[in-house]
Amino acid sequence: MSGENAARHCGDTHMIDKFVRSVAEALDGIKDGAIVLVGGFAQIGEPRALIDGLIEQGAKNLTVVHNTAGRGREGVARLIGEGRVSKIVCSFARSRGSVLFEEVYARGAIELEMVPQGTLAERLRAAGAGVPAFFTPTGAGTKIAEGKESRVIAGRECILEHAIFGDVALIEAWRADRWGNLVYREAGRNFNPVMAMAAQLTICQTQHVAELGELAPETIVTPGICVDRLVHVAAGDPPVVIS
Amino acid sequence: MPNWKPLTREELAARVARDIPEGWSVNLGIGIPTLIANYVPHEREVIFHSENGIVGMGPAPTPEKLDPWLVNASRQHVTLRTGGSYFHHADSFALVRGGHLDLCVLGAFQVAENGDIANWARSDDEAAPAIGGAMDLAAGARRIWAVMEHSTRGGEHRLLHRCTYPLTAKGVTRRVFTELCVLDVTERGFVLIDKVEGLGLDELQARTGAAIRSV
Repeated sequence: MSGENAARHCGDTHMIDKFVRSVAEALDGIKDGAIVLVGGFAQIGEPRALIDGLIEQGAKNLTVVHNTAGRGREGVARLIGEGRVSKIVCSFARSRGSVLFEEVYARGAIELEMVPQGTLAERLRAAGAGVPAFFTPTGAGTKIAEGKESRVIAGRECILEHAIFGDVALIEAWRADRWGNLVYREAGRNFNPVMAMAAQLTICQTQHVAELGELAPETIVTPGICVDRLVHVAAGDPPVVIS
Repeated sequence: MPNWKPLTREELAARVARDIPEGWSVNLGIGIPTLIANYVPHEREVIFHSENGIVGMGPAPTPEKLDPWLVNASRQHVTLRTGGSYFHHADSFALVRGGHLDLCVLGAFQVAENGDIANWARSDDEAAPAIGGAMDLAAGARRIWAVMEHSTRGGEHRLLHRCTYPLTAKGVTRRVFTELCVLDVTERGFVLIDKVEGLGLDELQARTGAAIRSV
């Protein structure tokens, strides 16, 4: 969306530089009622600084799309606990210590849309690929199918699932250059590249900054044209899980 | 005292592992299925997939090799075998939904003799349900095996004529492993493949909510 905004003066030429100076600047303009896609899986590749920034920023009545309804009292869980989320779209509403969601849900203060995890990923991918809806056998004949169009295709019962178009995506990368080309680290990739393509405004926090040309072209997972704003947050390693 | 012993969780995981041949690509669900990888010998090249974007997943790391950036879908720290790869969530589930996995082993609350499987909710109005990737795996993998306790703690049947809990998928289960037996799900219903030594067929049938045929 922001090709023009991202171009800054550099001598007498323009150059693309999507880096902003702060998380607050990165989140500027997110409106009440926005559909916000939040990357990360099991806290790995989760854009924690951006989620915390969104709590500060104040937008409310949000629809949040994330793999879970949050865990413990931090991140997405805290956003829900602060009463800022009117609807959560996720594959796991129950995960260890999802206390804040359960409290808010029990009060009837949040709408829950349960989506099988692969359907969630594919609905996001579809949005990014300009596919408004698709038929899938996943969930056919189950509660997930209730209220959805179903059709037998190639001998298999399928249900119609719609793309999830985000207003905003919040993602985390391992390395980014000023064009917004992104590389992810190990299992930190997860939903991030798919969400980067599914939103009108993609905001990325990156652990490291690379010079343009430094990232080997074959290793770039998300091409920069899918990213609108970048902020450097050296967040460090995700927490180690003690089980 | 009965003259037979049910399998422990570990023995059950090892029993399933015995049936997984070299070369298969396999996803292991949450719970007992996750243990199965521990019983596939390293030299048998089975390629494990994890929903969060890993093919070629290896066992849990030693403490000094622990990598905070690498967990499986059950959020346990794992390793990557030589030859392994990473990809994003939509590609990961395209591997599942596109029929690229030879096998998925799922935990289950209930399995019916028509292959229906229920593994995500115990009632229609569960407060905070957890579907995760189970419906995609159940619908997409080439084979579905279920690993489960034969009965509930209260002694109610979990292997049934028809499931009573909300379904994960219809008609997909091919084989069931419990602490008592291994059953194939066929057009004729449950067929006995294996049972613990000393357990009579009548005793097994009494603990099962659908007919078991012995070939």
